[in-house]
Amino acid sequence: MGQAIAFYGLSFFILFFAVLVVSTKDTVHSVLFLVLDFLFVAALYVLLGAQFLAAIQVLVYAGGIVVLYLFVVMLVNLKRPPEAYEDPHRRTNLGFALAASVLLEVGAIATYGYASPAPALARASEVFPVSGNTEEVGWLLYTSYLIPFEIASMLLLVAMIGAIVLAKREL
Amino acid sequence: MATPALHHGAMFDTNELVLNMGPQHPSTHGVLRVVLRLDGEKVVDADVVIGYLHRGIEKLSENRNWTQIILLTDRMDYVAAATNNVGYCETVEKMMALEVPRRARYVRTILCELQRIASHCLWLGTHAMDIGAMTVFLYAFRERELILDLFEEFCGARLTYNSMRIGGLPLDLPPGWDKKVLEFCKIMDVKLGEYEELLTHNRIWLERTKGIGVLSAAQAVDLGLSGPPLRGSGVPRDIRKDEPYAAYAEMTFDVAIGTAGDTYDRYLVRLEEFRQSLRIIRQATEGIPEGPIVGKVPRLIKPPAGETYHAIESPKGELGYFIVSDGKSTNPYRFRVRPPSFCNLQGLRAMVKGHLVADVVALIGSLDVVLGEVDR
Amino acid sequence: MIDNLVIPLLKILIVLNATLVGVTYMVLLERKVIAWAQSRLGPMRVGPYGILQPVADAIKLMIKEDITPVRADKWVFTAAPIISMVPALIVYAVIPFGDKARLFGRDITLYISDINVGLLYIVSVASVGVYGIILAGYSSNSKYPLLASLRASAQLISYEVAVTLTLVSVILVAGSLSMVQIVRAQESSHVWFLFVQPLAFAIFFIGGLAETNRAPFDMPEAEQELTGGFHTEYSGMRFALFFLAEYANMIVVSSVATTLFLGGWLRPFPNVAALGFLGFIPGWTWFLIKSFVFLYIFIWVRATLPRYRYDQLMRLGWKVLIPLAILNLVVTGIVKVLLL
Repeated sequence: MGQAIAFYGLSFFILFFAVLVVSTKDTVHSVLFLVLDFLFVAALYVLLGAQFLAAIQVLVYAGGIVVLYLFVVMLVNLKRPPEAYEDPHRRTNLGFALAASVLLEVGAIATYGYASPAPALARASEVFPVSGNTEEVGWLLYTSYLIPFEIASMLLLVAMIGAIVLAKREL
Repeated sequence: MATPALHHGAMFDTNELVLNMGPQHPSTHGVLRVVLRLDGEKVVDADVVIGYLHRGIEKLSENRNWTQIILLTDRMDYVAAATNNVGYCETVEKMMALEVPRRARYVRTILCELQRIASHCLWLGTHAMDIGAMTVFLYAFRERELILDLFEEFCGARLTYNSMRIGGLPLDLPPGWDKKVLEFCKIMDVKLGEYEELLTHNRIWLERTKGIGVLSAAQAVDLGLSGPPLRGSGVPRDIRKDEPYAAYAEMTFDVAIGTAGDTYDRYLVRLEEFRQSLRIIRQATEGIPEGPIVGKVPRLIKPPAGETYHAIESPKGELGYFIVSDGKSTNPYRFRVRPPSFCNLQGLRAMVKGHLVADVVALIGSLDVVLGEVDR
Repeated sequence: MIDNLVIPLLKILIVLNATLVGVTYMVLLERKVIAWAQSRLGPMRVGPYGILQPVADAIKLMIKEDITPVRADKWVFTAAPIISMVPALIVYAVIPFGDKARLFGRDITLYISDINVGLLYIVSVASVGVYGIILAGYSSNSKYPLLASLRASAQLISYEVAVTLTLVSVILVAGSLSMVQIVRAQESSHVWFLFVQPLAFAIFFIGGLAETNRAPFDMPEAEQELTGGFHTEYSGMRFALFFLAEYANMIVVSSVATTLFLGGWLRPFPNVAALGFLGFIPGWTWFLIKSFVFLYIFIWVRATLPRYRYDQLMRLGWKVLIPLAILNLVVTGIVKVLLL
């Protein structure tokens, strides 16, 4: 019961701040709401017993990535020339299309998820004498999800090299 | 936040940030205003705006009699007031071809060198403070205090001394004063080591000062710099040596010069000047002759018509007085000062280009300007 | 009821108040120590030897006029000091001040909570603190704070990488993220991690100076360059919050250093039985002494060293500390695998 209340409460705030993120005019405020949103998502993780994930969520998203967003938003002038506002509705169709595709996706996941429950993964604790959240996550990352994990790290490396090449025009 | 001008379609254009440093800013040493044009934190250009401390001393002097002007000169470089007095009195003496007794010239030398140490103490303290070493500031002021005590004993004042008269000194040395001066020299020798320990080989200090604000010898001469900024660039120009005044002709001392012309060299030059000053003070105090303290000065000081330029080596550089007398009135017809700080300040713009904001304060400090002298 | 609610709440209350008092006295300590280093006396007027100075300071700051610049972003301007204060305080939740104490017939643990991911919690909460500085600089709508906040955020983000990497090597040695477990690991391995990970300790210390904006890395508030840094436009209690947050962060860094490298609440040489007579001193005293030594060094450094320039700081962080930290981590990993 208590958990359900906490879950719905947190979800409400997550959605509320998500709406504020897209509806606020001031971009800096919007980024701040995004941070709040991330913090509430982290709280949700705690509720689900995934403290490690919660801490990482705060560290990486709230403390790292969004700081860089904030940098960009603060420093780059986002005021656009008046021509850009000539047709305020010209992107409406695109927006609707995107929203529809997201909805479709969510629906698909929901139906697929109900129809065939995900195959039970080996719990780390059964195979390996681990205790606690961190070990479990680490164990899973380096066994069941080794290849996606390595691919992700390769991707990040490529992105980093790309960023350096772009920023440093003459090497 | 600066609102940059917008160009069509150029979302990522970069703009210069114009930053007003001063006139109310902790590191401009008074009321100096530097308008910085920044690209990020890099200085693209700097505009030095002066005049916030202008009191019209030059014009004022044209309406005062020759003796009254001495106390106006105190207010120019107020951290080395006695040096200003000496420069002015010597100029008038030169106009009138007055003979100054040897004892008075020795005392003048001692006072000038004490002032040089006091002024350099203030420079060292504030310069180090600008770079963030705040302990040095208080150490240097502690020693400056001892000099102020010596001056207080000599003439009763601690900042604006009015300690010279045309033709000599207003009063003789108090008994035992020379012993105290020698005592001070002993203390200062030790304390100099303390400053050096905190700064000279400190890696952060080296990184902050080496290669910052480099001026070549030719540049320094072209900009009209004088004093430690000039000598730091390797030009061995010191008026005490080249055109000796007071009793400097009878003293042995070396002129410290730098090699690289950066902030660190200017720092080393001044530190060496501390030592040389102590050397001069020791020689002068030990060899001080007996005799009168004032020469044969007419009751009414009225230099003959003509113009004279006389310069001395103040702690900041070449302090020159250009005075025109019409030979009739009891005040100068034209009174003009060549203040070292004003001329040295012109080097700032050449020095700061391409450096960072943090270096600007280091460079202002390394020029050692006193705004009272810049604006007069 | 008592175990789940009353005691934790009491502990939170005590830690929070002790921290705030500690922070204000930290300010006094700094003023005194620096004064002595500079042959001065420091505050002497309020109370004997100035010991009531923090009280006077607090009163002064609270009754000062609270100014919001006209063109400031008001909400953000108000929120920024709070954002920088709160992370500095909630970090104390996982710091183990001691092991256990018997009080009124109950075993009470001398930490608010021992969560499984304690160290990660500290790092992540601390990483949120940077918002306070960025937003203060941005919302003031003034150039000096803006420059300072850009410096600060770049500095914090860069040094966070180095510091976190050193923490990872400590975690490797200890085999746990829990603060209490890390202290116990030092007890069972009979050595403070300072001696196992000296390089990590050095990097952590330098990074700690940088992360708390202390000299010689106090660029964000370099008074001589930026007139006061990101809090130039702040006054009164809001300024005080920034000020307190800085000192609270210093205490956090020294507590973390004590826990990770200096054996937390353990007495020196916990394995040498000959020193067993020291057992009468409670663990939290050792903890406080060790943290105090750390704080003292913080102050000492400030009194001695000039300030780095911003680009030199970044160079030190990225080209020296981070490679060293990675090297240290790799070596630690290899040694750990070989020893197992």
